[in-house]
Amino acid sequence: MSKLKIQNLTAGYGDFQALFGIDLELNAKETVAIIGSNGAGKSTFMRSIAGLLKNTPDAVQFKGENIGDLPANKVVEKGIALVPEGRRLFPSLSVEENLLMGAYSKRKGPWNLNRIYELFPILKEKRNNPGTALSGGQQQMVAIGRALMSNPELLLCDEISLGLAPTTVKDIYKAFPAIQEDGTTVLVVEQDINQAMAVSDRIYCFQEGRVSLEGKPGEVSKDDIKAAYFGM
Amino acid sequence: MDWVNTIVQGVLLGGLYAMFATGLSLMFGIMRLVNIAHGDFIVLASYLALVVVTSLGLSPLISLVIVVPLMFVIGYVLQRYLLNKTLGDDILPPLLVTFGMSIILQNVLLEVFSADSQKLSAGALDIASITVSDQLSVGVMPLIVFISGVAIVGGLQFLFYKTELGRAFRATSDDQDTARLMGVNNSHIFALAMAIAMAVVAIAGVFLAMRTNFDPTVGPARLLYGFEAVIIGGLGSLWGTLAGGIILGVAQAVGAQIDPGWQIMTGHIVFLVILIFRPRGLFPRSVD
Ligand SMILES: Nc1ncnc2c1ncn2[C@@H]1O[C@H](COP(=O)(O)OP(=O)(O)OP(=O)(O)O)[C@@H](O)[C@H]1O
Ligand SMILES: [Mg+2]
Repeated sequence: MSKLKIQNLTAGYGDFQALFGIDLELNAKETVAIIGSNGAGKSTFMRSIAGLLKNTPDAVQFKGENIGDLPANKVVEKGIALVPEGRRLFPSLSVEENLLMGAYSKRKGPWNLNRIYELFPILKEKRNNPGTALSGGQQQMVAIGRALMSNPELLLCDEISLGLAPTTVKDIYKAFPAIQEDGTTVLVVEQDINQAMAVSDRIYCFQEGRVSLEGKPGEVSKDDIKAAYFGM
Repeated sequence: MDWVNTIVQGVLLGGLYAMFATGLSLMFGIMRLVNIAHGDFIVLASYLALVVVTSLGLSPLISLVIVVPLMFVIGYVLQRYLLNKTLGDDILPPLLVTFGMSIILQNVLLEVFSADSQKLSAGALDIASITVSDQLSVGVMPLIVFISGVAIVGGLQFLFYKTELGRAFRATSDDQDTARLMGVNNSHIFALAMAIAMAVVAIAGVFLAMRTNFDPTVGPARLLYGFEAVIIGGLGSLWGTLAGGIILGVAQAVGAQIDPGWQIMTGHIVFLVILIFRPRGLFPRSVD
């Protein structure tokens, strides 16, 4: 049985429709990457799954349960955590307080402050700093750590490498095996196609609110991707 | 020595003003809500205390046991089912709605209790005082009010910075969507914040009723003192609000000492002067 099943998901902002019937499936232990150009609807998709945008109940099935109409604060209780685009740390909270906010839902699981600090040792050093006083890469670690603190079964990462130096991106992705080891499934949105190919078992490409390509990294050609990306 | 006395009385009065201001500061700090009806809720609490005292024959201080929980519940319900719906990018709807509530409250109180001025007597406590020296004696009641004000600010400070609920308050105030992603039910959190603010309003209302005469129309002036204290102290800072209340109290006391007619005006002048030199108040919150 698939972990996450998205069926005919539509979403938008007011009169503006951003997604037109997305279908996507994610199996347990599988890492899937979504690529697509600016404005393709990737973030809208992630926000819809996380419950920030309303949907019909059956648009999002998680472990066989319809959760499409749940609000975000209930979705996280079900075991889905979003690392939002732009990190969105709480500016008036310290690093440690940001991490602790992640545990607000009180979901049981393997993650706690100590394990986050083992995963990202630099955060322990900076734990009393305001989250926003950190470098971009460190802020991203806080955002990931904060999401993990809810002990998610499904981790949604929206452009975690955006604006970061390549070595920093590498450092961050180095944490993924440890995250997946505990059975957490990961769905990432990546603008960097090579990065997406490197980390994922399967990729989807979005274009203007629709899935334009789906396949395994080894099996899709550069030309396929170009076509799916730019619609040529 | 006269001046020492004046300043001490001003500081004590400031404790009451700080209490008026703390509720406002909380609502603004967490929900970005400017509650025009704040003063009228203080007066509502005064009248609730009056009803409790006269119908049950309790002492005014004991009436807190009933009035505080009652105002807590009123605050929760009001925020959850009315004010939350007015919050958004536009700051006008909550202003209009609370302005309307202010008028409704004043008229209902006038209808029910008439325009007669009232006062709650705490018996011997009203006139009890501690003699510090020949020229300086401190009223027990003003002292209780002041200590309560400091305790409330200290307690809220602890709640805000040392508890999980306080963390959720700050996070939600920073970024509502992201707080939701953490599992926070924003409407509930905002309702709790309003409930706590109203519990403080209840204490302020009972003390107001014990210290001075009140009638249904005195709310807006309390709102004004509260606003001035919040702004002098700096938006969103609780200790700043306490300091703002004390500065306002001292300014008024000094003004009254120079000429009894100058009390209120001196407070306004000090407020304006501080605003000119420190537009963000004395202790503004660093992130906004
Ligand atoms: N809050 C909003 N209000 C109105 N329109 C929005 C809003 N957020 C996004 N959009 C629009 O929805 C469409 C999809 O945006 P979305 O952010 O999902 O794209 P994206 O694929 O994540 O892009 P990027 O790579 O730039 O992050 C865009 O046309 C965008 O302009
Ligand atoms: Mg995006």
